[in-house]
Amino acid sequence: MYTLENVSKTYTQSKRKVTALADVTLTIPSGQLVAIQGPTGGGKSTLLQMLGALDRPTSGRISLGESELSHLPDRKLGGIRAKEIGFVFQGFNLIPTLTAQENVETALAPLGISAEERRRRAVDALASVGLADRAGHVPGELSGGQQQRVAIARALVKEPDVLLADEPTGNLDEETRDEIMDLLEGLWRDRGLTLVIVTHDTAVAKRAERRLHIKHGTVTER
Amino acid sequence: MFFTYLRRELAGRRRQTAIVAIGMALAIALVMIVNAVSTGVKDAQASVLESVYGVGTDLTVSQDPTPPEEGEEGGGRFEFGADDGTTSGDSTEISQSRLTAGFGSTTFDASALDTVTDLDGVAAASAALSLTNMTFSGEMPQRMQEAPTDGTAPTDGDTAQEPPTGGFDGAGGSAFDVNSFSVLGIDPGAEAVGPLSAVELADGRGLEASDAGQAVAVLDASYATSAELAVGDTIDVGGTELEVVGTVTSTSADAATASNVYIPLDLAQQIAGLDGQVSDIYVQATSSDQIATVQADIEEALPDATVSTQADLAASVSGSLATASSLISNLGLWLSVAVLVAAFLIAILFTIQGVTRRTREFGTLKAIGWSNRRVVGQVAGESLVQGLIGGAAGLVVGLAGIWVVNLIAPTLGGSAGTTTAGGGPTMAGPGATDGATAAGPFGGVSDAAGATTEVVLNAPVTISVVAIAIGLAVLGGLLAGAIGGWRASRLRPAEALRSVA
Repeated sequence: MYTLENVSKTYTQSKRKVTALADVTLTIPSGQLVAIQGPTGGGKSTLLQMLGALDRPTSGRISLGESELSHLPDRKLGGIRAKEIGFVFQGFNLIPTLTAQENVETALAPLGISAEERRRRAVDALASVGLADRAGHVPGELSGGQQQRVAIARALVKEPDVLLADEPTGNLDEETRDEIMDLLEGLWRDRGLTLVIVTHDTAVAKRAERRLHIKHGTVTER
Repeated sequence: MFFTYLRRELAGRRRQTAIVAIGMALAIALVMIVNAVSTGVKDAQASVLESVYGVGTDLTVSQDPTPPEEGEEGGGRFEFGADDGTTSGDSTEISQSRLTAGFGSTTFDASALDTVTDLDGVAAASAALSLTNMTFSGEMPQRMQEAPTDGTAPTDGDTAQEPPTGGFDGAGGSAFDVNSFSVLGIDPGAEAVGPLSAVELADGRGLEASDAGQAVAVLDASYATSAELAVGDTIDVGGTELEVVGTVTSTSADAATASNVYIPLDLAQQIAGLDGQVSDIYVQATSSDQIATVQADIEEALPDATVSTQADLAASVSGSLATASSLISNLGLWLSVAVLVAAFLIAILFTIQGVTRRTREFGTLKAIGWSNRRVVGQVAGESLVQGLIGGAAGLVVGLAGIWVVNLIAPTLGGSAGTTTAGGGPTMAGPGATDGATAAGPFGGVSDAAGATTEVVLNAPVTISVVAIAIGLAVLGGLLAGAIGGWRASRLRPAEALRSVA
């Protein structure tokens, strides 16, 4: 479960102070599917980075379960990201020189798992997203939808508690978008994940249990 | 994962890998070749020095030449009495040899040898007297024709009616030859240090302790050939006939030894009229770290002496060898440094560019839990392997380059011994006058054996050359990897992802 108490995040941009999050207080229970919407520059991605332990708030507290994310050192935040949080990005963010299977294996590298076990789990993860036959292909040989499936397999192979998706269907056509959302929804349901999706797409947002709107750094329920 | 990722990156970014590797390879190959040639030139210099100063000589002691005092003859002259020469028909043949101190060398009291030998840190020392034998010979008309013997002056009518006869052309002309060769008086019992330590016997025997005072000589084999002399013949040295008992060749070089003729020191002093005088002392220190101390001690004990180390002697090597040495130490060195710096910069710039281009990649890896250390290790590992690929290629190219140098085998000429004007250090070795071709003032030319030593340049492949190649490859790779890794470590995952959003 995520708990955010009076979380604020400010940046200095060209000597100008920009408030990305303003005094956000929020709770996201474990196993919930949450969609976050809002205009560009409203603070969606910043909120996702806070939830993903990629950044620390300027003020306030963020907790994931028993872990206080706002004050942990980088090394421990890295450990939490390695074990508990999976990421899916709009641009897929696959490593272009590695095959699909090797891309999935990168998520297991920090966990000290043996090479054989890594390979087995990567193959299983690819099979779970319907890409068992594409394991040896590099991203450039895969379609956008297939690349996003590889990215989802990479996020889930370590069996995290939380999956954070930043515009996961932003680069896909409607048909592929629906396929990906079906996949994510199925995985969420099967695995009991906490799934947080940042999206501009109302059709995607409507599939969530809970919809949040963020504008000028302020979060409201919809 | 590390090796899989590394292999995929290097294979996937072939152009960058190739450019970095080629740059490193060229730089490393150049450094290897310059280093090997430099070693070859140093070996060649050592060969030249050994041929002149002997093996194991750490220091030489000589004395600066001083200008002749007022009223003193600067050099000897040939004087012929009225009855000198051999008259045959209308012509008279004259010939005279003189043995004098070698050009550019100054003699000093032989007691200096005892002074040097008694110093701490001196393992062995021997003295030598460097001399030049000059022979003036020629043919001229019989003196009887030149002036009437009754004391009356010749009249115009006499000379007009009796044209001159005799001489080398039968018409009253004269011709003279001036012939010179170098002579080194040495202690026949001291072979441990000095010029004879760098020679080997070609024929006959060498000088022995029992030869002291005996009229015997050992000849440089090249000179013996050019002068048509062999063991058992005699040679005129300063007007004294000496028996040739042996010939010697240099052990370390292709050409002549330190001198044309070697004779016992006491005999040389006696013939040259330089009793108790020597021109050079060869000193061997007990160990290399004693050389500086011994040099200082000798300079203190013999304030008028010039004491030279091997480094000083190396500076005295002249000829194309000196040019090659200068080229290697200047152009070669700086070219190597420049290419090496360029290659390192290319490797570093490509690594930094790679890290910048892969910002999102590293940001993503950090987002999924890769530690800073793992990311830095990956970048450094890639750079190191790129450097090693360049090093391996450079090793091959470098070895090929060295092979080509050895295949061409350029011949370098070098001679040791120069005298600087204005009281500078005198490095005149016993063979300093060798190589001079004495031209007679009246057209006669005779060859002294040339002692400009010609050495075939051999660029050796040593462990150090290979170690340099590997070391530079590792250094270049680590340097590029360290800088690239440092840059990657500074990427914060959120910023890295945001920068490409």
